[in-house]
Amino acid sequence: MTTTENTTAEALTDGSVDLLRFATAGSVDDGKSTLIGRLLFDSKTIFEDQLDSVEQVSQDRGNDYTDLALLTDGLRAEREQGITIDVAYRYFATPKRKFIIADTPGHIQYTRNMVTGASTADVALILVDARKGVIEQSRRHTFLATLLGVPHIVVCVNKMDLVDYSEEIFENIRKDFTEFASRLRVPDLTFIPISALEGDNVVNRSENTPWYDGPALLSHLERLHVASDRNLMDVRFPVQYVIRPQSHDARDYRGYAGTVASGVMKPGDKVVALPTGLETTIEAIDTADGPVDEAYPPMAVTVRLADEIDISRGDMIARPNNTPAALQNIDAQICWMDSDSSLVPGKKYAIKHTTRWARAMVKDINYRVDVNTLHRDEEATEIKLNEIGRIQLRVTQPLFVDPYQQNPQTGSFILVDESTNKTVAAGMIGGLPHAS
Amino acid sequence: MTSHVLSQLRSLEAESIHIIREVVAEMQRPVLLFSGGKDSIVMLHMAAKAFAPARIPFPIMHVDTGLNFQTVLDCRDRWVDRLGIQLVVASVQDAIDRGLVREEPNGSRNRIQTPVLLEAVEKNGFDAAFGGGRRDEEKARAKERVFSFRDDFGQWDPKNQRPEIWSLYNGRVHQGESIRVFPLSNWTELDIWSYIAAEQIDIPDLYLAQEREVVDRDGMLFAVNEFTPLKDGETSEIRSVRYRTVGDANLTAAVESEASTLEAIVEETAAVRITERGATRGDDKVSEAAMEDRKREGYF
Repeated sequence: MTTTENTTAEALTDGSVDLLRFATAGSVDDGKSTLIGRLLFDSKTIFEDQLDSVEQVSQDRGNDYTDLALLTDGLRAEREQGITIDVAYRYFATPKRKFIIADTPGHIQYTRNMVTGASTADVALILVDARKGVIEQSRRHTFLATLLGVPHIVVCVNKMDLVDYSEEIFENIRKDFTEFASRLRVPDLTFIPISALEGDNVVNRSENTPWYDGPALLSHLERLHVASDRNLMDVRFPVQYVIRPQSHDARDYRGYAGTVASGVMKPGDKVVALPTGLETTIEAIDTADGPVDEAYPPMAVTVRLADEIDISRGDMIARPNNTPAALQNIDAQICWMDSDSSLVPGKKYAIKHTTRWARAMVKDINYRVDVNTLHRDEEATEIKLNEIGRIQLRVTQPLFVDPYQQNPQTGSFILVDESTNKTVAAGMIGGLPHAS
Repeated sequence: MTSHVLSQLRSLEAESIHIIREVVAEMQRPVLLFSGGKDSIVMLHMAAKAFAPARIPFPIMHVDTGLNFQTVLDCRDRWVDRLGIQLVVASVQDAIDRGLVREEPNGSRNRIQTPVLLEAVEKNGFDAAFGGGRRDEEKARAKERVFSFRDDFGQWDPKNQRPEIWSLYNGRVHQGESIRVFPLSNWTELDIWSYIAAEQIDIPDLYLAQEREVVDRDGMLFAVNEFTPLKDGETSEIRSVRYRTVGDANLTAAVESEASTLEAIVEETAAVRITERGATRGDDKVSEAAMEDRKREGYF
């Protein structure tokens, strides 16, 4: 037992560790699995029996080295075909942070997986092979990360060992990438020269890159300031469930349970309930551990109001001078996720936005975006699996929305096919993210 | 002035409570699958928090293999009394007696509990079942959704999972179909123990180290009791052991440990180098794809 492990345990119990979610995207040979394997291995998250099993399978297959990708390829079809089909979630913790990795396969046919992984990510890790430089796939991954509003992008220029740790090669890639990214809205872009295989600049700073004065990847991820990425300005509280105890001792209790989407709520605040527009004040904010002085995202709380007004699931609590837009005509970017159907004008779907379900009809397709070139095809008549486009929807009842880039919680929705019940699309309200 | 940052444990708790409330709001008849193990206890604890001061608005179901440690049953009954919830017991022994399932030659009732579970889900009309599965447990679980769709045979099809974007969960099902819900998806074993210690949650005392009479079988330590009596030629010894998982009493082994408090277990879990299932569960060693196969059949 080392000191580091004790510290992690203590930090986890005393509540000083926060959570960082990051998404990785990459294809089979850019070293993504090796990088994840190294982060897990060096943070002592890979267990001996898992490693034994991976070593055994590698030997059985006649591989020269232990294939760390086997740790992440969980399904039989994936192992048989040697490809990653689905988003896999991985976990590791250091004394400073707990990390959740959404590991997404990078092939073009898996755009929907990258969208899934990026939807909850604070950081997107994009791998670039130092020998190949910025390729189509790097651009696609960056575009998808910005489309999903991921606030931090870390470009890992990998396989530096194969280019003699050349500063010039690293700088050229940085220049190419920055130029491309200037066409997108990337709030925070960082470049790190690494070798996932050799461990350079992954957990520890490498002596092989004396010209690089930034941190190793893990320290960067540990220190990255993500708290200010959340929207603490605009109070949005989608009512999830109304708590009315059917017991003698709490008969008069009526609380609105939900997760704070954005903003900071306090007892005494004046609030407005939508869609009724009725105003009241917050009497108390309850949790099972007692009332709290304030609630902020992503706290799950129960709000009690001073006046009895009619509120049910799907309604939204906001501030009277700061409300979301109530819209029935929605302008959105969507990523189509269903292989058995495509989006065409005139089709109707169920739509879920925050805690509210409604029905929506596709009025128009403005254009389809080529995820590699960003070219907009305005002649497009349908949007198919793994395609992204801008569309107009007409919804049966108002949704209380903010632009996705300002507030992902109230700017996002899913479309569900009413006959198959499958989730067919992810939607982001508002236009494409542009550099301003 | 606070920083408005939730600790990772409180973030995980908030996410789980959100998931539990979402299921109750959207599904017709949810049930919580309760094994008496630490994960299902943490899940039940958070369900109670999600609806306070009201009671938990759904029953819990125990698939009773008939091979339970008595202290696990005692702990289950304490939880039922404390929370005032309805307990549904689906008995594997009863299903064997009725001929629904047949005892397997190795004595494991892990696989045959699946038909018993599916039958009870159908009989009670449950359309959503909470399970305590975590993605860090096993490779097939790492790709499981929070809302995991099951067809009318209760089967999981890993290639046909619903995409899950943001926290917009889709629980829509047709008659006969159902959703398995995993509120602990993003928790690790270390998180579970840190939370149990932070909240001082009531768990079976098997998890705590104490001197027990054990027999060493191929490196696995089995407690000597009615389920695992000494065989001819074996000798037992007294060692300080605890259980990392609580499965069937005839197949779950203990590990050598001095961790007799919750805090000591957190320390031990942070330092341990072998997975909980690898260490103590004979039933997971069948093949590399054992879990994937069982999940396809309707296991949770």
